[in-house]
This record gives sequence, C-alpha cells and structure tokens, in this order.
Amino acid sequence: MKSSLAVLGALAAIGLSACASDPSESTASGDLSVAASDSKCEVSATKLKAGPSTFKVSNKGSKVTEFYVYADGDRIMGEVENIGPGLTRNLVVDLPKGTYEGACKPGMIGDGIRQTLTVTGGAAKKLSDSQELQAAADSYARYVKSQSDTLIVKTTEFVDAVKAGDVDKAKKLYPIARTYWERIEPVAEKFGDLDPITDGREPDAKAEGVDFTGWHRIEKQLWVEDNTEGMDKYADQLLANVKKIVQLGQDTPLTALELAQGSKGLLDEVATGKITGEEDEFSHTDLWDFKANIEGSQAAIASLRPVLEKQDPALVKKIDAQFAALDKELNQHQDKTTGDWMFYDELTKDQVKALSNAVAGLSEPISQVAAVVAKSA
Amino acid sequence: MTAQDRSASGLSRRKLLGAAGVGALAVGAGGGYAVGQAAGEPATPAGVADPHAAPVPFEGAHQAGIVTPAQDRLYFATFDMTSDEREDLISLLKDWTAAARQMTQGNDVGDFGAVSGSPYAPPEDTGEALGLPPSGLTVTVGFGRSLFVDDKGRARFGLDGQLPERLQDLPSFAGDRLDPAISDGDIAVQACANDPQVAVHAVRNFARIAFGRASVRYSQMGFGRTSSTSTAQVTARNLFGFKDGTANVKVEDTKDVDDFVWVHEDEGPAWLVGGSYLVSRKIDMRIETWDREPLEGQEAIIGRTKGSGGPRSGGDEFVPLDFDAKDETGKPMIDMKSHVRLAHPDVNKGAKLLRRGYNFVDGSNGLGQLSAGLFFIAYQRDPEKQFVQIQRSLAGLQNDLLNEYIVHVGSGLFACPPGVDTKGYWGEKLFA
Repeated sequence: MKSSLAVLGALAAIGLSACASDPSESTASGDLSVAASDSKCEVSATKLKAGPSTFKVSNKGSKVTEFYVYADGDRIMGEVENIGPGLTRNLVVDLPKGTYEGACKPGMIGDGIRQTLTVTGGAAKKLSDSQELQAAADSYARYVKSQSDTLIVKTTEFVDAVKAGDVDKAKKLYPIARTYWERIEPVAEKFGDLDPITDGREPDAKAEGVDFTGWHRIEKQLWVEDNTEGMDKYADQLLANVKKIVQLGQDTPLTALELAQGSKGLLDEVATGKITGEEDEFSHTDLWDFKANIEGSQAAIASLRPVLEKQDPALVKKIDAQFAALDKELNQHQDKTTGDWMFYDELTKDQVKALSNAVAGLSEPISQVAAVVAKSA
Repeated sequence: MTAQDRSASGLSRRKLLGAAGVGALAVGAGGGYAVGQAAGEPATPAGVADPHAAPVPFEGAHQAGIVTPAQDRLYFATFDMTSDEREDLISLLKDWTAAARQMTQGNDVGDFGAVSGSPYAPPEDTGEALGLPPSGLTVTVGFGRSLFVDDKGRARFGLDGQLPERLQDLPSFAGDRLDPAISDGDIAVQACANDPQVAVHAVRNFARIAFGRASVRYSQMGFGRTSSTSTAQVTARNLFGFKDGTANVKVEDTKDVDDFVWVHEDEGPAWLVGGSYLVSRKIDMRIETWDREPLEGQEAIIGRTKGSGGPRSGGDEFVPLDFDAKDETGKPMIDMKSHVRLAHPDVNKGAKLLRRGYNFVDGSNGLGQLSAGLFFIAYQRDPEKQFVQIQRSLAGLQNDLLNEYIVHVGSGLFACPPGVDTKGYWGEKLFA
C-alpha cells in the first residue's frame, strides 16, 4: 500500500496538465476523432490545447491500422496499435505545448500518413488549483481530525489497561482503538518509517532484523501469553507514535488524488490482510478492522462525492450499490446488541468468500476514482 | 509518470513480436486474413504466418470452441453470480461477449486496452497477452442449472420457463468422489488457445469484468489436448500414454455433428436451438499405480495397443473394433470390461460424444505422487442419452477396468447457447 501512495505523491507533484484557460484560441481539447482508412488519416482538429487529449481512432479501411503521436525526431508520445477494420480504439496522450505529428499506419507498416498537430496553451494547471478538489481534501481533513482525536483517546485507554496489567480490559479495547486507526490508515501510511513500527507484522520485523513493536506485538502478548509482561515499553512507544502520526497527518493533509487512491488502498488492505485473517492473527478481531477500513473508504468517497457526481454520476451509482452490498454482507456478522463482530476464525469458508466477492465488487469501481478525480482538475 | 515516460517504456505490442508474430498479427486483422497480408501491401519481414497463431472467427451460428479443431491448451472456469439482479446478468453477458470478440481476434479488452488509457486508471486490459497473436483463442460459455433455479426450485433472474428440460443434475455414478468446490457453477467459461498465456488472459479478464456481478468458483488449467476433433489432427495421448480420441466425433463428419452435437429446432427451448450441452468431469489418474502395470495389462484395460492405438482385435489406429475376435484360448481379444468396449456406441444405444478433454497436472500431492489426470469435456445434444448413457456403462469397479486407476472428482453440466452475430451477445434470446 505504501508504494502506490509514494508513486501517487510523485504524480501529484508533477501536476496534471489540463486545458489552457484562454478562450480566444479556437483550439480543441478533450475528445478528438481520427478517421483512419487505407489512404487517409483525418484528425478532427489539428490545433489542440495543452493537456490530455483523447484520440478516438476509427479504422474505416480494410487493413489493420495503428495511430501514433510523434514529437520531434519521431519520439513517440503515444500509440495505439492493432486496430482491425471497423474497430475503434482510444488513446489518451498528455501533450505539452509544441508541434507534433499524428500518424495512421494502415497495414501497420511504413512511416504512416501524417499530419501536423499544433499544441498551444500555457503552463499546465495543477490539481491543487481546483477549488472543488481542495474542498474535497478539506472535507476529508475534517474527518481525519475527528477520527484522530478519538484515536488518541482510545489508544490511551488501551495503553493504560495494558500497563495496569488488565488483560481482559486490554483485549476488549484493542479492536476498538484500532477501529479509529484503521479508518484513517492512508494517513499513517504516508509516513513510511512510522507505519511499520506501529502496525507492522512479526515476520516483517524478523526479516528486517528489527524489534517487533506496535499494535500486533501487544496483541500477541495478550492473546498468546495471556498477560502483559514486558509490554510497558511497547505500550508507551505505541501511544507516542500514534500521536506523532496524528500530528504529522494534520500538518500535511492528503491531496484529493491521494485521497482517491487512499479509498482504494483501504479496500486493498481488506482484500489482502483482513479477508485472509492475517492481520489480527492472534486476536482474530479482523472484522473490526474490516469494517473500519470500509468506513474510512466510504468517508474518502463521500468527500470526493461532489467531484465524482459531476464527472461520472454512473460511477457514483455503482459505488453506492456496491457499498450497500458489502455492508449487507458484513453486517450479518455483527452482534446487534453488543456491537461486537464475529471473530475471524468463527467464519465459514463460504462466508469469507461472500465477503471477498463483495470487496472485489466494490474495489473495481473504486479503482476508477483516481482517474475521474484527475480529469476534474 | 508522463506520456513521454510511458512511450519510452516501449510497451509496443507489435515491436515485441518476432518475424513470425508480425505475420500472425497481420493475420489477426479480422477481414481478409487468409494468409499473410492482403494484396498490394508492401513486403514486410513477416515471414510465413503460423496457423497456430491465427484467429478463429468469433461470430457464427454456433459458438466457437465446440467443433473448432481442439487447440493445445485449456483454461476452464466456472462462475457463480454474486448478484441476483437480472440486469446484472444481462450486462455481464454483454460485457463478456464484447471482450471475447476483442480477445479472440487478438485485440486488447476495452476502448483503451492495456497501455493507451489514462495513467490514473487501472488499465482496461491486464496486458499479459500484449505482443502475442490471437493463438486460435476461442471462448465458449455454458449455463448451469443453478443459473435458472435456486436449490428450492424457484426461478432466478426472471428466467421462468427457460430452464431446458435436459439440464438436469447429473445422476450419481458408482465410484464418484465429487468435490462440490470443483463442480457445477452458474456459468462455465471454456477458453482454448494454442498458447496458455492467451487462454489464461481471457479467463482473467473475464473474472475481472465480473467483479461485483459474478465470481470464480474454480478454474482448471489443461494442456495436451486428449481428443482430436478434426481429421486434420493427429490423435493425442493422455497421461496414461494412450492415444485418446481416435473414435471421437470429428467436425468433418457433418452428419455425426448434426446428430450428436447441436440442439435441434424441436428440442428447445428456443434460446438453446443451435447450442449444445457441455459435460465437464475432472478425473484424477493414479499415475504411479498405472505406471507399474505391465504393458499387456494396460492394453487389455484400454482395449487398444499402446503404440499405434489400433484395436486389440488387430489393424491400425482407425480400423473398426472387432468385438467378436477371439484369441487362441477363446477369450475375446477386446476384453468385455475394456474401456473401449464399454464406451463404444454399440453397447450404448449408438450414443457418441464430441470430446474436448485436456491433460492436467496440479503439481504433486505431498506424497511425491502427481496430482494429475484428465479434464474431460464433452459436447452433446442430449446429456441423458449420451454422456449419462455411456458413463453408466463405464462407472463402477464392476465395469470399466480403468476405474481402478481413475476417480471422478469434479463434475458439471451446462447448456451452451448458440453463437452470436456481429451485434449479439451470448444467451440474448433468454431475455427476449
């Protein structure tokens, strides 16, 4: 999960190119059509605005064709190949200001039938320039704030119980404190050195040759040894690190794109860690985490909702339906009076599979969110 | 990553190809692909097109992948619907049909495919078939009984009255050790290709397209086709080392195909006319025990010679079996309980099957024994009169001598709709 956020951080830093804002230019952007035949290659506009353009290439000829966008020296900016007769394939190319050539290659050979494409427009707009996206990020920042306040309270209670040697109380508080943690996990994952010492797993610590610390160290002691011996140090460290993460998270809130990616990352967490019962291997309290990840993902989507509604209402409908389906599946496993969840090792194989199906069903539409957010810059 | 970075990484389908592949891709063009390039095209270093790389037409009266000469590789999967909505079933079948239409012709799935879409979205196509020719890929779907009715017999997806009478649960056969986890399913998908990567790519993309609507129940990889479905093919061998499929229904015998494969007009339901029934059986083979059996014993069990595949009653591979032939002691040369005799149309009221089985090896079982066998697939017009009839003759230790060495562990029966035209989708008449 960490790696994808790192990549996205880099992407966000580059900034997304978007349409130039000068309305006086009679240039095209967005969707362009390319009519390719055996002897022609007609692009619907040859003057384009800087930023991403989608070329819709229709092969009206009798040979397989392909379409290229070349910069100087035939440097390939983008290409789509193997377009059979009668087929249409699309190509997204992000073009900075400059002169390019579009080329159809009927039969997929030779230099192709070329025409010049002139791209004009100022510097690319950045994602952060969008007020809508900023509003989404702000909204999520408020969510993080509310969750992290409670996270500190609940972690403190847990740590106190551990230090008081109250095993039963600590066991009860463990999944509850983690709920707040799991809801805002994308925030924690931004801090590459803090995340592993707080939420790392024993085999990973072993492999790295470092001390096994954090939530799961204490979990192991509580459930395997049924005591809190030697845990004071880990408990203090856990609380200190949680506080540190909360502070850092509030100082550097997630961007809208990170948020979109985070909503997917939370589901990936569920699909790899919780659905397999790997994460809370000693306590089997995975469903608490599971639910919290889903809630966190839902909160991220809720923040992005105005942007998504505008750009892709069909996607929002799909996401809503899949969230509902997952909730329905998951909620069967909660005790309605105590609010406690089933322990992972009490679930049948079929129940786990049903949950896994529901997570996969939701993850697919959510994986589209980042691209929709990027478009709205 | 910028557009420049992407193109610099050079994921170009065509450039990944060797000379033979270029020819094959030209072949994959859809129209006019008989061999190599269309007339008038400048020469390219294409070389000779490899027939195993060529595409199989997707559209037609019947689904491809049934009488299509059997390709070398199989990836088979069954799916269960995770949605109860009729609209989800319809959209899934439409999406799958569109994807199969693209993949069988050697194209990526979706509008943007594997590498030409937005850098912020996951690619529409998973990409592992980039650079590979169509490889004879066929994708064939069939519908299980459970798609039509739930376990209480209530209609699902509003498919009231559409359940074919012949789509019954298969009866229990003596010796079966069926595992429900590798049996049945709402929808079966058979992907056959001459390149395993292409077959896996097809099923993987299907699974991905299905998320939220259906999920994979089980999947099975197969290699080394164990049946010939065309006279143009040599007979392949199964993992017992015997030629398998010598007497199979062949596509060239149009009367047999018509009599034994396709569902006829008056047999309905209407949506299934021109379709067929698929029986799948996962058959574990006790390889190590078999390998300790003397050659004479192996041949007696099968009823054919191991080398040529000819009948024990004499002659080469394609000589008819002579069940009356006796040896000098008066014993039938083809044992009364041999596999070929009990499977033969003469003892099964004339029943024949179009078989399309594949060998499989799922690694070893921890005792050092191969987890291997035959993934049996057979197409037919009437499962009761064909597969069930024949399997009843074979099943049980009192019958086919081969049963000491094999055990059926997975099973399925599916009704495969007819083919689609250029705009249609699989099973569309179900929803008319």
